[in-house]
Amino acid sequence: MIFSESWLREWVDVPVDSVELAESLTMAGLEVGGRTPVAGEFSGVVVAEVVAVETHPEAKSLYVCQVDDGVSSHQVVCGAPNTRIGLKAPYARVGAGFRQAGDDGGDRKVGAVDIRGVESSGMLCSAEELGMAESSDGLLELPADAPAGADIRDYLALDDNSIELDLTPNRGDCLGMLGLARDVGAMMRLDVAMPPDSNPAVTLEDEFPVRISAGKECPRYLGRIVRGIDLNAETPMWMQEKLRRGGLRCIDPVVDVTNFVLLELGQPLHAFDFGKLQKHIDVRLACPGEKLTLLDGKELELQPDTLVIADGAGAVAMAGIMGGMNTAVSEQTSDVFLECASFAPFAVAGRGRAVGLQTDAQQRYERGVDYLLQHRAMARATELLLEIAGGKAGPVTEALGEIPEAHQVRLKFASIACVLGVEIPREGVLDILTRLGFAVLEENDEDVTVEVPSYRYDVAIEADLLEELARIHGYDKLPLAMGLNRQEMGQAPENEIALERIRDHLVALGFQEVVTYSFIEPVLAGRFSVEAAETVELRNPISRDMSVMRGSLMPGLVQTLRYNVNRRQEHLRLFETGLAFGRTAEGFHQQAMLAGLIAGGREPKNWNNSGETADFFDAKGDLESLFDLGGRTSRLRFAAAARPGLHPGQCAEILLDGERAGYIGALHPALQREFELPAVFLFEVELDALCRQEVPAAEEPSRFPEVSRDLAIVIDEEFEASDIERTVRDAAGPLLASLRVLDVYRGGAVPAGSKSIALGLTWQHPSRTLGDAEIDQVIDSTIKALQTRFNASLRN
Amino acid sequence: MSDLDELAATSLAAVEESADEKSLEALRVRLLGRKGVLTGHLKNLGALPAEQRPAAGQQINLIKNRLQEAIELRRLALERESLDSRLQAEKIDVSLPGRRRASGGLHPVTITLDRITRIFRAAGYDVAEGPEIEDEYHNFEALNIPENHPARAMHDTFYVEPGTVLRTHTSPVQVHVMEKGEPPFRMICPGRVYRCDSDLTHTPMFHQVEGLLVDRNVSMADMKGTIVSFLRAFFEEAVDVRFRPSYFPFTEPSAEVDMTCVACGGKGCRICRHTGWLEVMGCGMVHPRVLEMSGVDTAAYNGFAFGLGVERLAMLRYQVGDLRMFFENDVRFLGQFN
Repeated sequence: MIFSESWLREWVDVPVDSVELAESLTMAGLEVGGRTPVAGEFSGVVVAEVVAVETHPEAKSLYVCQVDDGVSSHQVVCGAPNTRIGLKAPYARVGAGFRQAGDDGGDRKVGAVDIRGVESSGMLCSAEELGMAESSDGLLELPADAPAGADIRDYLALDDNSIELDLTPNRGDCLGMLGLARDVGAMMRLDVAMPPDSNPAVTLEDEFPVRISAGKECPRYLGRIVRGIDLNAETPMWMQEKLRRGGLRCIDPVVDVTNFVLLELGQPLHAFDFGKLQKHIDVRLACPGEKLTLLDGKELELQPDTLVIADGAGAVAMAGIMGGMNTAVSEQTSDVFLECASFAPFAVAGRGRAVGLQTDAQQRYERGVDYLLQHRAMARATELLLEIAGGKAGPVTEALGEIPEAHQVRLKFASIACVLGVEIPREGVLDILTRLGFAVLEENDEDVTVEVPSYRYDVAIEADLLEELARIHGYDKLPLAMGLNRQEMGQAPENEIALERIRDHLVALGFQEVVTYSFIEPVLAGRFSVEAAETVELRNPISRDMSVMRGSLMPGLVQTLRYNVNRRQEHLRLFETGLAFGRTAEGFHQQAMLAGLIAGGREPKNWNNSGETADFFDAKGDLESLFDLGGRTSRLRFAAAARPGLHPGQCAEILLDGERAGYIGALHPALQREFELPAVFLFEVELDALCRQEVPAAEEPSRFPEVSRDLAIVIDEEFEASDIERTVRDAAGPLLASLRVLDVYRGGAVPAGSKSIALGLTWQHPSRTLGDAEIDQVIDSTIKALQTRFNASLRN
Repeated sequence: MSDLDELAATSLAAVEESADEKSLEALRVRLLGRKGVLTGHLKNLGALPAEQRPAAGQQINLIKNRLQEAIELRRLALERESLDSRLQAEKIDVSLPGRRRASGGLHPVTITLDRITRIFRAAGYDVAEGPEIEDEYHNFEALNIPENHPARAMHDTFYVEPGTVLRTHTSPVQVHVMEKGEPPFRMICPGRVYRCDSDLTHTPMFHQVEGLLVDRNVSMADMKGTIVSFLRAFFEEAVDVRFRPSYFPFTEPSAEVDMTCVACGGKGCRICRHTGWLEVMGCGMVHPRVLEMSGVDTAAYNGFAFGLGVERLAMLRYQVGDLRMFFENDVRFLGQFN
């Protein structure tokens, strides 16, 4: 909503300057988004009449004019196409000053100049030159009765601002000067000078039948025939200016008048070319398949929940949104049918958006137009139209649907202190409510019951009244309090590991956290997608690049790596936490994951390392150390597996207590080549698996000596270290305290297809010293188990 | 006996000349060892006439003692020397960089979220999280935003399927918590939210923290006090805060929260669009309908709610000029927060 500040001041005599007024509006919830002067800064410009025009002797496109500025006559050279005898236009006298645009803000003085051999004193001005328009194609035409010599700033009241309000959707009542003035009156405790009600003469008997078939959607519909209007009539300057300062363009008297009433009262009106309407008006919901071509040329197939204005031949307007092309007022129109209606917000809301429309009428109806305002607005529009464009008006035809019932709301005085934390004296409360238009129905010491005015669609319960009081009283006058600190003890569950701790651990390991979008490119997503869950697609993505919800955090990390590799950052450890999405038979699957990536060198190349590249075991070690936080590494198992996106020979499922919790592996070489990346290792694991820990139960360390033996075996390549480890643990008895893989060796004396593995075993007894004999026995059975299970042989 | 004197003289000279501990030890063994020269002399005492033995023995022992003493002194000297030369040889350039991994770091959004969380946790707020694919009921209806409500236009919503959206705010988490639990509630809900909007100042995904306090006799004064003290704690500065009426369907009364511009101190600059104020949060008293729909008894309880944009606070706190930096994940940008 944009409005002229001086227009508001006509209604409410605001005792503060423009800056303070804007501040007050903002602080009362009517946020001022901008404030612009309605004209440039200039002085010495007056109303003048062109009394003689001759073509410039040296230039056919220029005129030499004699201009009367009320004091004397001046010769002015002017090139404007609308220059003509009798024209009243702004005239900048010699000595007039114009503030230049830009920061230095110097003045440009108008003087007497020689234009191709003809002297020109002063300058005739266009709207653009006066800073009243972006561009002009001629002189600003002033009314014929404009008094020559009058200062143009006074004559057009140009010391004014256009104020733009960013209104919240609940305040439809302020989308018109009427409501705005009422609110300003309340916030400053000033009376509002309303313009008198209009009472245009009815000089025709013609009526056009109107009926409402959708009574819930349309509480009231007023129609009126006005015959014999002159569409070429000039809209008066004062109205042109109010429209311009309200951000609207002048079109023709009919549009200008309906727009003016829209700005003044907040009531949209529509004018049909009466000659094109057939039989009657019916306000109804669209029929299946019904079509309508709108004013802007858009052809629509109407949805059945769209409210339309129809005549005998079909829909002629989308109710409250836009009129139709076929019944539009055109240059040939002389008879119009004026519509002034109340449409229910629910019947208009969203319908325009659904077809890509955003109109002034729709904006107001969606938020709610006063359902008692139509007669007043119709009278006002008729009066103005007759005044400007002539013609004769018929009587108002009214059809009624279901008029809403006025709400009553009870406000307990005690609630004010309770909810707002401040006392407002009772008289103050009543004064505020009355000024806002709430009628007091009943009042006692405890509470007051008010009737909600027909324009306040946003007030239904006590909280709404409390907001009105707080708003007008001033949010800033409410005190600060902090009486709500918790009394009971906080919780510190020890079987959970805070995500912060996991993140900090990764940071200590050299990982940089990243945050990538949850929606990714579908082809990339497909490269990493595991079949178990279907990809979740967005119905209305911003772009194809961001059109599917990630099923894994890996692609985002790989993309981030790629972005950074392209910026010559090659040795990276990255991680991210967040949800991965999928769709299964049971519904949407949203799993919190942690993913990590290692690329390039194990450490940045430095004087004390040889820049070794990282490998699978760097990633695995980092991941294991995360599980160490919860003391659950021993319950972890890595089983060779295949997963899209990862190298089939360097990929493992991460199993926790036998359940899959994630994957780890090398980026598939095909992807690595395609993305031009160094070797990349990735892991992704469910956060739940990481965020659990055992609450420790301490044991006393044994005071008896450990016994250690190393064992080297030769074994077929197909067996994995974990297979061997499990067999050894089973065979080496319960006293085995630790088992390490000391060495893995191939070649030399080890036959091809086999490998040699050296194991370090340590035993310890909690309460006695172990004897060599018993260890020898355990070693023997361990070796036997390895021989039986894997056909392993002992290596010397 | 001049043999012995000569032996003493040459041996002492040899001790003094020995170059290192190893040759000194060899010399000691040669002279004083079990098969050493002096030991030999002692063994040979028996061959001397009885009357000469005491004097000879005394002289040998004297020499032995002198040699032992000389060897010990020499050993200490050599030890000192070798330590000195070792220390000399082992001198390192302490200015060379240490052996370590490259430093990692947290994302500034996480750092900001953690700070916010820490401040509210200290005041007794719990942290609740919820799904990001959300049903329309929890994202809209339960928050008093019915279908076709103009406020839905303020939330450019991503749809996954009819009736299912990417949450446009984290408020649905509060609804889930209220539906399951019993008041009082004190919680914040941090997380990712999604809006179908992308330009210089909007990214289609960003982070919010929404807070909720439901208890008996909660007033707007409590809300104001909570928010002012949060902002002052977060910015570690006694910023001025103003509350102005606004509209959110799920709160009534509602307010926008403005704070003194941290860049210019309120004088007016580009960042605050020359107003001196920065819009940092939205808040309000929870709409009774929202409480009722989630099963809270509004006769006994009321409360306030607030919401803030994490990236916005991060930008103000860390002087980040471009919102999109947060999601480009350029490690040269992110590394500045480590």
